[in-house]
Amino acid sequence: MTTSAAPLPAARGTDQRDDEQLSSTGSDPTASRRSATLSGGAAPWLFLTPYLVLFLAFVVGPAIYGFWISLHDYDYTLPGKPFVGLDNYQKLFSSDSVTFEPFWMSMKATGIFMLFSVPLLLVIPLLVALVMNSRFRGRNLFRAIYFAPYVLGVAVVAVLWRFLLDANIGLVNQLLGGLGLPDDTAWLTATPAAWVALVGVTVWWTLGFNAVIYLAGLQDIPAELYEAARVDGANRSQSFRHVTLPGLRPVLAFVTMVTIIASANMFGQSYLMTRGAPGIETKTAIYYIADTGLKSFQMGDAAAMSYLLTVVLMLLSVAVFWLFRERKA
Amino acid sequence: MATQTAPAAAATPAQPPPSPPRRAARSAAARYVALVALGLLFVSPLLFMFVTSFKSRIEAAAVPPTWIPKDPTLQAYDSILNASGTPVLRWFVNSMIAATSHSILVVCTAALAAYPLARMSFRGKNVVFGLIVATLFVPPVILIIPNYLIVGELKWLDTLAAVVVPTAASAFGVFFLRQFFLTLPLELEEAARLDGANTWQIFRRVVLPLSKPALVTLAVLAFLTNWNDFLWPVYVLFSPEAQTLPAGLSTLQSANNVRYDLLMAGAVIASVPVLILYVVSQRFIIEGVSRSGLKG
Repeated sequence: MTTSAAPLPAARGTDQRDDEQLSSTGSDPTASRRSATLSGGAAPWLFLTPYLVLFLAFVVGPAIYGFWISLHDYDYTLPGKPFVGLDNYQKLFSSDSVTFEPFWMSMKATGIFMLFSVPLLLVIPLLVALVMNSRFRGRNLFRAIYFAPYVLGVAVVAVLWRFLLDANIGLVNQLLGGLGLPDDTAWLTATPAAWVALVGVTVWWTLGFNAVIYLAGLQDIPAELYEAARVDGANRSQSFRHVTLPGLRPVLAFVTMVTIIASANMFGQSYLMTRGAPGIETKTAIYYIADTGLKSFQMGDAAAMSYLLTVVLMLLSVAVFWLFRERKA
Repeated sequence: MATQTAPAAAATPAQPPPSPPRRAARSAAARYVALVALGLLFVSPLLFMFVTSFKSRIEAAAVPPTWIPKDPTLQAYDSILNASGTPVLRWFVNSMIAATSHSILVVCTAALAAYPLARMSFRGKNVVFGLIVATLFVPPVILIIPNYLIVGELKWLDTLAAVVVPTAASAFGVFFLRQFFLTLPLELEEAARLDGANTWQIFRRVVLPLSKPALVTLAVLAFLTNWNDFLWPVYVLFSPEAQTLPAGLSTLQSANNVRYDLLMAGAVIASVPVLILYVVSQRFIIEGVSRSGLKG
């Protein structure tokens, strides 16, 4: 249940290499010989049981249960929860239902946010990582500083920036005024300024996270490849295109996936900084779903919405995998 | 001043285009300037948060803002720590208990599950592991509604169990530790077996002690994740005494709309433990995160 804008580390991580390893455990003779040295009846299941209990009760079970809920007119506060088939889904696509407009507004809000935050969070951290990808004094210190906001969590970051972005007394407007720029921007109550604020704060918060992953990926590219490119007469931009980018491909795919899922889950920034304002323009999909299900207790509607959002995100993931697939030379 | 400038100016015309070492020095300097500028962008907001928390109500809202409090005061801390609607100290204790128990639960269950997945062969192993890996790609939004109902059935709503247990089935944790166990030399486990150790003893006395760095990394990441979790606690904890710090900050914000002195004091209280943890275990946190991109 990753709920903040960056998926928490506990929800992260896989890449192709692991998939290969996964599929090869059965067929690779050395792997099976290794594992076979420690096999034995009930032992593996005894080890697995505590985890599997949690996993089935709070991950697999709910994923299925949620679909069942979405097929009912599930008002938490009422005794009867009649089966309604796909009605809850149909409502999301018929413009005369009550949920139609706010739901698609919230999907649009999530879409606008992702449109700007994902590219920025892919490019800026890469630039930072490239600048940091060589030996120099203080490198670990800079890395630690850029990563620090991530450690603080979304609540602290959002409360802090709501203060800094306050239209009247905020530091940001005063600095802008000092530079002779407009000093009365309503960062938290009017679009498009609110989008700039939400995206900017998110970039500030998670830049270090992506940069650290990129940096590890860059350091994994063998120096001999750069050396070979140099011998072949490649200039810096050529060696970036033909050595760095291909070498970074799995890491890029991973960072893209993680950033998309994180941005799609944007909640805390909007909840604490803009409260969805103006109107519900910056109320994101997950925010609207949580409010519908857990505040208005229309759980059937909310479950249907979360399934629809999940399908959209899964399609997006497939597209990303396809985009980053290993191309045959 | 003048004496220093003159020779430099005289030397300029004779100077050929920058030689390679010179250019390198210049680009190193440019890099430092860029990194320091970026660093300021990260440090100064945090610094301003700390500074503001020690200001009086009036100074916190002053225009132009001050970087050094004219009259440093603990007023803000005093008033939020004593307000009955926002028991910040209680939130702090709640967060500590929740994050610590969550972290222990994650490390224990993930380590136990990862070991057979790394070292034993059994029917259904690939199915189990495949299922766990697959959940890494399932957007968490899908679990919010059903988990609320499940937590409600368990009578956990408005209690810390609601924020400790449901999120503890960490697919990342199993994945991360399995990866680590696979890198351990098998000979040690074989030697222990020849000495008559059973599977549990091997796990407990050989594998776990060798895995300390990975276990610490996972423990710290799980602690941070839980400490900072926001959406879930906001919706499953309602009474003021039950909140964790991030959820409480949101309550504090609604109760004191533009009392930025109070809000910054609350933010500082929520940050200090994780910042200390970060300074102490920075190596583990950053290692853990960077490895998530390479090996899972």
